[in-house]
Amino acid sequence: MFNAYVVNTLQYNPELCIGCEMCSLVCPHAVFAMNERVAQLVRPEACMECGACQLNCPTDAIMVDSGVGCASAMIYAALTGKKEATCGSSETEPSCCSSYR
Amino acid sequence: MTSDTNANPLRSHIQPTTSAISWANRWDHFLARWGVNRSGHRVEPGLYALSNPTPDSLVFVTANYTLSFDALRSALAGMDGYIMVLDTQGINVWCAAGEGTFGTDELAHRIEATALHDVVNHRVLILPQLGAPGVAAHEVKKRSGFKVEYGPVRAADLPEYLKTRIATPEMRRVRFALRDRLILIPVELVHVLLPMLIAAVVVFFVGGLWASAAVVAAILAGVVLFPILLPWLPTRDFSSKGFILGEVVALPFALAVLLGNPDATRWRQIGGTLTYLLALPPVTAFLALNFTGSTSFTSRSGVRCEIFTYIPIMAWMFGIGIALTIVLSLI
Repeated sequence: MFNAYVVNTLQYNPELCIGCEMCSLVCPHAVFAMNERVAQLVRPEACMECGACQLNCPTDAIMVDSGVGCASAMIYAALTGKKEATCGSSETEPSCCSSYR
Repeated sequence: MTSDTNANPLRSHIQPTTSAISWANRWDHFLARWGVNRSGHRVEPGLYALSNPTPDSLVFVTANYTLSFDALRSALAGMDGYIMVLDTQGINVWCAAGEGTFGTDELAHRIEATALHDVVNHRVLILPQLGAPGVAAHEVKKRSGFKVEYGPVRAADLPEYLKTRIATPEMRRVRFALRDRLILIPVELVHVLLPMLIAAVVVFFVGGLWASAAVVAAILAGVVLFPILLPWLPTRDFSSKGFILGEVVALPFALAVLLGNPDATRWRQIGGTLTYLLALPPVTAFLALNFTGSTSFTSRSGVRCEIFTYIPIMAWMFGIGIALTIVLSLI
C-alpha cells in the first residue's frame, strides 16, 4: 500500500551483456552492479526510468520506457490529450496501475 | 605552453573564462532560484578556455545554463582546461538530457562546430554523469572519435575524481538532501503565489479571515513544509505523504471551528470541522504530487500510477468539502 514505485518498466537481458560497465557507471541510483564479467540488476525497484543505461548500452541488453516522472506535465497531457511535453519516444497509455497493489 | 590561444586562427573562436564567481554571477543565480526570467540564464554555447589550457588539457562538457556552467568552472579552480558548452536552451544538464537537448546529436555537432579535433591532441571528453540520459557514449565515439567519460554527478566532486579518474559509488549517486530540497522552495513558492493570493481573497469574502488563513496554510504546507519534511513523512507515495501533512495542518483550523463556536448547533460545528478536513488536505496533497517533477528519484511509471490512484480521491474530497461549505452557508 501507498507505494506506487514498486513497479517500473526496466528490463534487462544478461545474456546480451558484454561487461562494458556503462550501465553501472551512468545509473544515479546504483540499480546495476558488476558481477565479475557481467552487469547484474541489484536494485531494480530504485529505477527512476531516466533511460541512461538503455541509451549507453552498446548491445541493447537494457530496455526501459524512459521519461520524466513529472506529475504536472502528465496531468496536463492527460487533460489536453497531448503527448507529454518532456518525453521523447513513448506513447502514453493510461493503464499503469494494473499491477499496482 | 603559455602562448596566446588567440594567436592561432583555428582557436580564435575559443572564449576565455575563469573559475571566479563574481557578484553579478551570484545575483544571476539568486534570480534563477526565484524563477525570474526562467529561460534567460544562458551562456553562449561553444568552447571556453579555462585559465591557460594546452592541447593536452582535459575537455569538460556542460549545459548553457549559468548555474551549470558556473558550478563546473568554479569546481575546476586552479586548473587549466577546456569547457564545451552545449546549446540546451538555458536548461540544466539533467533536464536537458531528459529532453534530449543535452544529447548525442548536439554533442557531435558542437565537436564539429568548435573544431575540437584541432584544438586538442587527445580524444576524451568528460561529461557530467547526469548527462547520460541524453548521450549514447558509444554513438559519440563512432561519430566523432571522442571517448565519452562520465564524471561524477556533482561538479564539486571533480577535483577528487580527477586524481584517479574513478568515481566512488558515493559520487555516482544522486542525493536529495535537505539543502537540495531547500533551494527548490523559492521557485515552488513563486509558482503558487498568484493562485494562492486569489484563493485567499475569495475565501476571505466567503468564509472570513480564519478560513482564508487555513487555505494559505494548506498551500504553504504543500510547497514549503512538504519539500522540507519529505523523507520523514510516513508512506512512500508523494500523494499519501501530502494527505497526511495536509490533515495535520488542517487539524488546528478544524478543531478551532469545532471548539470555537460553542453557541452553534452540534451538527453545524461538525459540518464546519469536516469542511476543513475534507477540502484542504487534497490541496496540500496535489501540490505534494506535483513536487515529483522536482525530485531525482520518481519514475514515470510510479508517478502515472499515483495520478490514477490519488487524483480521483483528491477531487472527491475537495468537491464534497466545497459542497458542504455551500450547504452550510445556505442553511
